[in-house]
Amino acid sequence: MLLIRYIPCLLLKDNGLVKTVNFKNPKYVGDPINTVRIFNEKEVDELIFLDIEATPKNKEPNYKLLAEIANECFMPLAYGGGIKTFEQAQKIYKIGIEKVAINSALHSNLDLVKQIAEVYGSQAVIGVIDVKRNFFGKSQVVSNSAHDKHKYTVEEWIKKLEEAGVGEILITSVDNEGTWNGLDIELIRQVTSISKVPVIAHGGAGNIEHLKAGINQAGANAIAMGSMVVYQKKDFGVLINFPDRKILNSINEK
Amino acid sequence: MITIINYGLGNLGSVQNMLKRIGTPCIITSDIKEIEAAQKILLPGVGAFDSAIQKIDELNLRSVLVHKAKVDKVPFLGICLGMQLLTRGSEEGILNGLDLVPAKTIKFEFDQSSNLKIPHMGWNFVKTNTPSKLTENFSSEHRFYFVHSYKVVCDSNNNSILKTNYGGDFDAAIQNENVYGTQFHPEKSHKYGMQLLTNFSKI
Repeated sequence: MLLIRYIPCLLLKDNGLVKTVNFKNPKYVGDPINTVRIFNEKEVDELIFLDIEATPKNKEPNYKLLAEIANECFMPLAYGGGIKTFEQAQKIYKIGIEKVAINSALHSNLDLVKQIAEVYGSQAVIGVIDVKRNFFGKSQVVSNSAHDKHKYTVEEWIKKLEEAGVGEILITSVDNEGTWNGLDIELIRQVTSISKVPVIAHGGAGNIEHLKAGINQAGANAIAMGSMVVYQKKDFGVLINFPDRKILNSINEK
Repeated sequence: MITIINYGLGNLGSVQNMLKRIGTPCIITSDIKEIEAAQKILLPGVGAFDSAIQKIDELNLRSVLVHKAKVDKVPFLGICLGMQLLTRGSEEGILNGLDLVPAKTIKFEFDQSSNLKIPHMGWNFVKTNTPSKLTENFSSEHRFYFVHSYKVVCDSNNNSILKTNYGGDFDAAIQNENVYGTQFHPEKSHKYGMQLLTNFSKI
């Protein structure tokens, strides 16, 4: 039986780990290498690292830090942030990271997915979709840390990403991210009902019930968790943690 | 010493990282002389079947790999696409595989009604089919990270050493004498993968 994946989604800024709320106000939560060691011991399913400054500040991925992370990681590893070219993706793979997550660059160059997938395979490319609801509650596709808005609908963009050859979709609700209020079930269900590739749901997971809803109600194949795995609980201090494997497996069996 | 074959595809960095962690020396090479001298061979791989075979043939590695496996009989492990390359051929392409294990590679196919996605991606359990040195001391707890759209089918069930269920059982690890293959990625499978690679390093 294929297990649902629960994936800590960790945000990088400079050389540290941070956590945001609604993509804003990054707060320092610790050292990435120490954190990776802890998640290694906890045998987490997979890790996603997103550099939240790379695109807005037009920076290169921090290869040195990523190489240190990869040396410590014995689980699947994805990196996103500032990837605009095939050569950058190639450098990431050489380090020992097997997936790149791309958002902003695809809005001007969807062909990048094809270029990468032809050499490294679709499974090596995660198409990242960030969604923010507007004043009227309508979903808008955004990128560049939610600074840029795009005119196509979520459905249209999923179809384009899949045609281009992404192997997975990471869907993040900007409105729910960092809030502990639960995933945007409606949004995720919309994505899982169209997507032919696995969907990672992200933004708002705060407890086990939220994870259950993401899987059972919204049909997600994986759930990415932020606040929940770096804080003790809402409004409490930093504590790198991961839910008990038995509890997670019991969700799977539903 | 494990010789990791570098033919331009595959995640060599992570295999190397894990071998370093378990204290097994390794080299990464595409040099025929170095491969001729290999004591153990590890063939990684991700991506498409034909592009991998093309690269192996462009580098003239086919005959040395087959020689090492069939004549020198060194322990030989293919990982993921590297395992599929050990078969006769794949539905994914038209080129001939290395044909080191009597098996073929076919596409995952499910009924319209199935909600199973392709690729089979994520952690899944394995169960022993035919006991092997590669899988010594495995338990029902053992889980591994998979990502693949094609699967290997052995001609003889004896060559299938581990089975995994995804819309039915498939061959998750295979063996033909000294030649082994794992569909999953041990280098990305925590202590379970470390145990498998440790087992391989001791064969």
